[in-house]
Amino acid sequence: MTKLKLAIGLLASVVLPQAAFSTDLEVTHWWTSGGEAAAVSEMAKAFDASGDKWIDGAIAGSGGTARPIIISRILGGDPMGATQLNHGLQAQELIEAGLLQDLTDVAEAEGWKDLINPISLLDACTFEGKIYCAPVNIHSWQWIWLSHAAYAKAGVPVPTNWDEFVASAPALEAVGLIPLAMGQQPWQSAGAFGVMAIAIGGPDAWLAVNKDKDEAVAAGPEFAKVFEAAVAARSMAAKSNVQDWNQATNLVITGAAGGQIMGDWAQGEFQVAGQVAGTDYSCLPGLGVNKLISTGGDAFYFPINKDPEVTSAQKRLASVLVSKDLQVAFNLKKGSLPIRGDVDLAAANDCMKQGLEILAAGGILPSGDELLTPDTTGQVEDLMVEFWNSTTMTAGEAQAKYAAIIAAAE
Amino acid sequence: MANTDAAVKRPVRLLRNMNAKVASIPMILTVLVIFIGCSAWTVLYSFTDSKLLPRERFVGLDQYERLWSTDRWLVSISNLAVFGVLTMVFSLVIGFALAAMLDRKIRFENAFRTIFLYPFALSFIVTGLVWQWILNPDFGVQKVVRDMGWTSFVFDPLYTDSIVIYGILIAALWQGTGLVMCLMLAGIRGIDEDIWKASRVEGIGVWKTYIVIIIPMIRPVIVTSVVIIASGIVKVYDLVVAQTSGGPGIASQMPALYVMDKMFLSQNLAQGFAASTMMLVTVAIILIPWAYLEFGGKRRG
Repeated sequence: MTKLKLAIGLLASVVLPQAAFSTDLEVTHWWTSGGEAAAVSEMAKAFDASGDKWIDGAIAGSGGTARPIIISRILGGDPMGATQLNHGLQAQELIEAGLLQDLTDVAEAEGWKDLINPISLLDACTFEGKIYCAPVNIHSWQWIWLSHAAYAKAGVPVPTNWDEFVASAPALEAVGLIPLAMGQQPWQSAGAFGVMAIAIGGPDAWLAVNKDKDEAVAAGPEFAKVFEAAVAARSMAAKSNVQDWNQATNLVITGAAGGQIMGDWAQGEFQVAGQVAGTDYSCLPGLGVNKLISTGGDAFYFPINKDPEVTSAQKRLASVLVSKDLQVAFNLKKGSLPIRGDVDLAAANDCMKQGLEILAAGGILPSGDELLTPDTTGQVEDLMVEFWNSTTMTAGEAQAKYAAIIAAAE
Repeated sequence: MANTDAAVKRPVRLLRNMNAKVASIPMILTVLVIFIGCSAWTVLYSFTDSKLLPRERFVGLDQYERLWSTDRWLVSISNLAVFGVLTMVFSLVIGFALAAMLDRKIRFENAFRTIFLYPFALSFIVTGLVWQWILNPDFGVQKVVRDMGWTSFVFDPLYTDSIVIYGILIAALWQGTGLVMCLMLAGIRGIDEDIWKASRVEGIGVWKTYIVIIIPMIRPVIVTSVVIIASGIVKVYDLVVAQTSGGPGIASQMPALYVMDKMFLSQNLAQGFAASTMMLVTVAIILIPWAYLEFGGKRRG
């Protein structure tokens, strides 16, 4: 049987070198940390089970490193079978240029419109009425992760909101711990600021700035408070010398730092380290102030490929990614929330359950990726990484620059 | 009649050295199409509002206005200036000093020459990583000195925004001076023994001989070194990426990083093009008059 297949395959590869006989699909993504790699292997397993072959094209580094590689491969005429991107405005020009596969038929056949919750995820994949991506998870930035060990060492109770966290910082510093762990990469600086903006400035002000690009609000009193809080956070993170987000998470896991503002993907790291939510670490959605989560996430896009075999394999992969079984297996490993409301996540831990509750209660905001162009995001990141690492830039200066970026945003 | 004379003469001139001319056609085409053509294309599109894909919607000087009001770009430019001047000066001085020392007919000259040139065989990424570790306060120089008993010793250039550029400079010099040394040594070795004998007869000291006589004589080698170092300075990218990724904050940003980030990360091609055009202009302003003076002014040969 296999020999026959192989023989036919070999024959076909000789006779029809254009049409690949097997449906190997190269999938590029940037999920390389421990928890992420475990999650992505679930995807590969599910896809291989259907007879196709997942060729893993992991790109080390963050999305910032991987996206340029992915996009230049698509533009350069060497498209992969499928690729991870954050859905939103990142892929819009690729769609406009006709470089991405239209998945509307798969989506309609499987009724994605009724399955996917919140529907804004599918909207972010939709361009002029057609669906171009398969959402795979919901990621929310709005979490702070707290180390119980660190607070036990400092002899203070684990904080339950941002104000308590700030108040407990001197106790942590007194015993030589870092109150706030922060990686130095630009996206982390900008992300932490975004979380603080929603928690401290409030969702209305955040939406006014990010959605309506209202520079008056960006320069106004709500954001002044946010920048003041960021100055305080900056001094709490002054001793944190790590680069990558998972190194910063590791400071929290090992109890060297009190907390870290990071998206729910940090949870996978706690899981890999064998820690239990509630006893070893705590999580506070919306910094314990405004219990809201933004529903950005990861999605898979399928670049147009000349080979019809690949195209049909792409559609099979799209349907596998959205399927119930995979959604459960993948999201449990990844620590993210599933994109459909009809799956049972009984095995979810405390933090994920909090997230699911917020999601069910409708406490959702669109993600920054859906609202801001990569260009504006890049400018905000440049400003934030400068601000977080500077010892001299004041809240007022940073706010003025921030307002100028928002004023110029499209 | 004069016309036909010229027509008869010209083909002969054109056809002279035919082989060499045919052989250089590919390079001429490469220069015209790839270097000049693509540069012109880049400059043209820097006046548009191209985002992820190039498009012809012209917006005048908007991209340049934005560029020159961006903190990150201004920091990059001042970093490049500091890094450039210091790299140039120290590479030449250290390179010449090492070459002069090796020239004193020391023992194990070959071994030393290999050791000094060895870093050049490493890529910038490896160099950057090595120096990132050496300069890391938790397990580099600072830790070693502290373990020896000086517990208050602080040496963490890569984590201090005011001096981070010197941390990168150290790595660049470690990597690049070996090559400069080799070039200089070759130049010094090319000098006639009689010059040395003459200077000894005149009673001129060794160092004075090097500075007053040898340096002017190896001028072509120095010019070559300057060109090689200068091109390394303008394109510095991977070293910074490997060592600091432009951090802490934006303190060690370089123009090339800005170009890459804007073009591919921020999906704003035109802004990246504007920045790379400014890099081209900077190079042109410095290099063209100098190259004209150096190579064009007097025709040798």
